[in-house]
Amino acid sequence: MMRPESEADLARMIAEAKGPLNIEGGGTRGMGVEGETLSLSALSGVELYEPGALTLVAKAGTPVSEIESLLAGENQRLAFEPADYRGLLGTDGTPTIGGVFAANISGPRRIQVGAARDFLLGVRFVDGAGQIVKNGGRVMKNVTGYDLVKLMSGAQGTLGVLSEVSFKVLPEAESMATVSVAELDLPGAVRVMSAALGSPFDVTGAAYDPDSMTAHIRVEGFAASVSYRCGELIRILGAHGTAERQDDTADLWQGIRDVAAFHGRDGDVWRISVKPSDAVELAPRLGATALQFDWGGGLIWALMPEGSDLRKVMSGVGTGMEPIPGHATLIRASAETRARLGRFEPQPAPLEALNKGLRNQFDPRGILNPGLMG
Amino acid sequence: MEMPAPDPAILSRKAHLAARLSKVLPADALITDEAETRAYECDALTAYRCPPLLAVLPRNTKEVSDVLRICHEEGVPVVPRGSGTSLAGGALPTADSVILGVARMNDVLETDYENRIIRVQTGRTNLSVSGAVEEEEFFYAPDPSSQLACAIAGNIAMNSGGAHCLKYGVTTNNLMGVTMVMMDGTVVEIGGAHLDAGGLDLLGVICGSEGQLGVVTEATLRILRKPEGARPVLIGYDSNEVAGACVSDIIKAGVLPVAIEFMDRPCIEACEAFAKAGYPMCEALLIVEVEGSPAEIDHQLGLIKEIAQSHNPVELREATDADEAARIWLGRKSAFGAMGQINDYMCLDGTIPVSSLPYVLRRIGELSQQFGLAVANVFHAGDGNMHPLILFDANKPGDLELCEEFGAEVLKLCVEVGGCLTGEHGVGIEKRDLMLHQYTADDLEAQLRVKDVFDPQWLLNPAKVFPLSVTESRRAPALAAE
Repeated sequence: MMRPESEADLARMIAEAKGPLNIEGGGTRGMGVEGETLSLSALSGVELYEPGALTLVAKAGTPVSEIESLLAGENQRLAFEPADYRGLLGTDGTPTIGGVFAANISGPRRIQVGAARDFLLGVRFVDGAGQIVKNGGRVMKNVTGYDLVKLMSGAQGTLGVLSEVSFKVLPEAESMATVSVAELDLPGAVRVMSAALGSPFDVTGAAYDPDSMTAHIRVEGFAASVSYRCGELIRILGAHGTAERQDDTADLWQGIRDVAAFHGRDGDVWRISVKPSDAVELAPRLGATALQFDWGGGLIWALMPEGSDLRKVMSGVGTGMEPIPGHATLIRASAETRARLGRFEPQPAPLEALNKGLRNQFDPRGILNPGLMG
Repeated sequence: MEMPAPDPAILSRKAHLAARLSKVLPADALITDEAETRAYECDALTAYRCPPLLAVLPRNTKEVSDVLRICHEEGVPVVPRGSGTSLAGGALPTADSVILGVARMNDVLETDYENRIIRVQTGRTNLSVSGAVEEEEFFYAPDPSSQLACAIAGNIAMNSGGAHCLKYGVTTNNLMGVTMVMMDGTVVEIGGAHLDAGGLDLLGVICGSEGQLGVVTEATLRILRKPEGARPVLIGYDSNEVAGACVSDIIKAGVLPVAIEFMDRPCIEACEAFAKAGYPMCEALLIVEVEGSPAEIDHQLGLIKEIAQSHNPVELREATDADEAARIWLGRKSAFGAMGQINDYMCLDGTIPVSSLPYVLRRIGELSQQFGLAVANVFHAGDGNMHPLILFDANKPGDLELCEEFGAEVLKLCVEVGGCLTGEHGVGIEKRDLMLHQYTADDLEAQLRVKDVFDPQWLLNPAKVFPLSVTESRRAPALAAE
């Protein structure tokens, strides 16, 4: 295993690499790439934190927990709520901030504040030839040149290995409450979530648990404001089912974020992004063992029988059903299934040509997590 | 401003090119007459002008695709144009280029309140996107000052911001999908009504690429329900430092206003003379706006007033009704017009870390003395996006050049304190030659490689964003291939 202790080390190791590299942050998601492991865990530490400017700069291998406790000291937080995948995947290791941004991992609040990529302000990375590159910076508005920051977020290390990230943080909310609406089937739940998200009451989470047939709507902010908005939401959502306010729901939302409902259960785990209203048509098609819904229905977590090809179901091929636009990521499966179906959704030909072109430009030798994204 | 010399081979083939384009476009969509192409000789950076070879005004994706395919086959550069409101020269033609204007593509294709999206053709103006969903109390959040005129196409190309992006983000945070035509005419669909498109984040790199990667013809945008209400408070201080500290304390306190605007004395004086908004005469003025129900607004403004009081303001004025709110905004919104009444001005757009605000304002004051040109500052303080307005006399020989030199020093200062050259206007031609102050040649090389993938012949929007010296080796083979 290679474990660079500085950005210069990282650049040298990549430049001198003779074969494929399996790039690892804290090793919590085990991408299963063939190759020598390149761990960023020694490239760690917060370099700058300005609470009054809502910005933080850290080396890529910095543990998320270290950043979260630093932020908590100033009553701030990572507003995009990155999930902790250890429970779902049955892995250990330490989630790192570089891993979070490289994979663009965002939780329930994504619908209101944006994804991880929307918070990333600047990056330093080493490309596949060993060249150190900087893009973006540490200010919130920056349109100076092309936005490689976004391109790197979600690239899973295939275009370059992040060495440093600079990102925006937000104030912690003074108070949080959840309006839960019970006795809902899926179409009813999507209607409730859409009504909540289309209201002026600044909803920061909208999830549905089909097992308890309950939709959860989260509001955050100053205590008086939270009370007011809960009242208004109960008033407009009460027509759809029994709506009531719940307090002390931090664990509920952490469970939604980390898909606690699937922990310790057998089967493949898929993560599907669709237009919220399409969830109603797609869900019954899937033949899933269990389902969970977030992002107002736009994010579906599906626990599937091992080896089943969920993307084929989505495409409607051979069934006469309409394809449903969106994409599905295979989060947990056997190595054989992952190899056969691919972790990430294959892209249509013209887009795959652009993806491939970019990978060739940034990693001409094809050594950075090869095969992971196509 | 140096621009590449036009290719004589292209200039000599104007009639041939026009004939080919006329086969794929309606007669009134092709402009070849020299008097008429002059309408496209510049954008809002009027100091630089150059009529294009031809202009086309397609009505749909198919026509855009046909135009690009023909230009690609002919090796002719194409300059995409939204409404021509760029302050950075993002739509400045070269004499051998075709202007591709999207102004006729302004339809709303779909509104979907359940999923909170709107799909539009990109020639539609920013404000009319909000206008299309206003009846249902929804709006499109990014609000550049030019929103009455600017097109979504240009917003996407420049990743435009606005006064309210502290809460709602800029264009890239509100763009969910595009239909884009590549330079060779290929039409690609990226993203859509679902969140976080699959594959690499192409949408992220297209947004803000200044029309150099493709021509976006349709866009899926996120729409939001309007807040119940909004109300500003006006706070005056006798020093920039104290006003800066107040901004920082408001943010640290956990209040997230939708806008925090900052004006310095020269700007306050000009606005007051022009708009008579009743601003107090002081060194620094803040306008802080919050949203929510009346009670929520009262609560947030209460917290803000408490913080403001702790810094001993010379004035603290809260709007109690819509009229007073409008008066507080009146001066700020007429700031650019006010300055324009007094003088010619150049508007800069650098961003700095909020903590460097007092230092940067002091240095700008010193530079102003040194160059002998007055400067007024008005900017989005919450996110550090400065808009220094440098006053000059366009009729005085040498004044524009002096002003540009001063501007370059200010932008270098922004980079020096950890900021950037442009927060929302884009690089265009205006800041092209300063790019090496912010990025190394290697950093820029990484960006050029993206262009190589999308537009290998380097035909789209030539001579923008990057210093000509940096792109020379890439443009040369394209020309040599003629």
